[in-house]
Amino acid sequence: MLEHIELFFKSIFIDNMVFAVFLGMCSYLAVSKKVSTAVGLGAAVIFVLGVTVPLNWLLDTYLLQDGALAWLGPEYADYNLSFLSFILFIATIATMVQLVEIVVEKFSPALYNSLGIFLPLIAVNCAILGGSLFMQAREIPSLGLALNYGISSGIGWFLAILAIAAIREKIRYSNVPAPLRGLGITFIITGLMGIGFQSFGGMLTGDNEPPEDVDTSTAKKVEEKKIEKEIEDEEKAVSYNEVINK
Amino acid sequence: MALLSKKDANLILDPLADNNPITIQVLGICSALAITAELKASVVMALSVIFVMGVGNVVISLMRNLIPSKIRIIVQLVVVASLVIMVDQVLKAFAYELSKTLGVFIGLIITNCIIMGRFEAFALGNGVWRSFLDGIGNALGYGVILIIVGFFRELLGSGTLFGIPVFGDPVAKTGLYSIGYENNGFMIIPPAALIVVGIIIWVQRSRNRALIEEA
Repeated sequence: MLEHIELFFKSIFIDNMVFAVFLGMCSYLAVSKKVSTAVGLGAAVIFVLGVTVPLNWLLDTYLLQDGALAWLGPEYADYNLSFLSFILFIATIATMVQLVEIVVEKFSPALYNSLGIFLPLIAVNCAILGGSLFMQAREIPSLGLALNYGISSGIGWFLAILAIAAIREKIRYSNVPAPLRGLGITFIITGLMGIGFQSFGGMLTGDNEPPEDVDTSTAKKVEEKKIEKEIEDEEKAVSYNEVINK
Repeated sequence: MALLSKKDANLILDPLADNNPITIQVLGICSALAITAELKASVVMALSVIFVMGVGNVVISLMRNLIPSKIRIIVQLVVVASLVIMVDQVLKAFAYELSKTLGVFIGLIITNCIIMGRFEAFALGNGVWRSFLDGIGNALGYGVILIIVGFFRELLGSGTLFGIPVFGDPVAKTGLYSIGYENNGFMIIPPAALIVVGIIIWVQRSRNRALIEEA
């Protein structure tokens, strides 16, 4: 249970799809002019991520991974089909989006009217494929956690687009320098929000770190720590996945 | 260029500046920002996208009369995915460390909106040679921004370029560091990339006022 809660908050705040790994930026920038449309797209993303991530987890575990075909019989145990994962994941996503669209249209016309126009957009939203690829890269261990991961990263994306849409509605009344108007200022605001979200980073890792040595007697010690932290930051930015797995 | 007519040359030159895919068309940001903390990763990413877009545009353009329009998205995705798998396997074989650094972002070239956008907008309606130029041009425009961002982030954030120290040794306090210069750790965190791109947009639109958006 604890790992579910941890993964849930981690995916929403610390590894936020938009602010930490820049996924789904295209639709994030294009569809964030009004709050109402942003809510529609955000809901569709949560829904599709919640469906495709567990599905791709099943494919990854029983078809693609090294030795995943062992359930067919011992002679299949040597196969490693993981090079096919891109094509299989994107095919699953494209098919699922189409399927979801048809099902929703049939059973819930009201939902279809609010989500419908966004669903085709989602097939090529990097956040969806990114969700599946990160699920594979971080080696999420169970189907339940994969479902949790899909939904919670969707919620993180939803929060991000909701926030930026609200800010953009307000910023229309501000006097932004002309060359920054529109796209430029949106980038910078997103950057600032991202810095804000970075502060969530200590939320879960805080307890594992040894207590900070407060009275550092020599200046050299402080310096060393600073360099260590810089290296740590660099690792955080560059090899994101490895940090997650630690 | 004698090889290219003026119209063809514009296909390559336009996306480099006034019709840049990232700063003007707002496409392909997804994979552009996360990997630009290092110049080397930016260059490799740019080269991968140039390859995928050049070849992809040619393939789609060759098949443009054969693809039924209803399933064209799936066909396009399959073409891109196959090309990206090739890039991924080559990187894994010859530059394993780098492919670890780029991680899932190579895979995310598939959903890079520039690629789908150019397939839809150009390759489906134009001949092979022009599609090829258009693909290369847009990928170059994307690569240029990537390399500019990577250059500043690595230089200011780590004081290195391609991993080679430029300002001296921060630990031993040589070079610029001996007079009190510090690396700006801020440039290394992911959100800094957004701010750098924001500044690039600012500079570009100040120079060319026709690009300024209506409020």
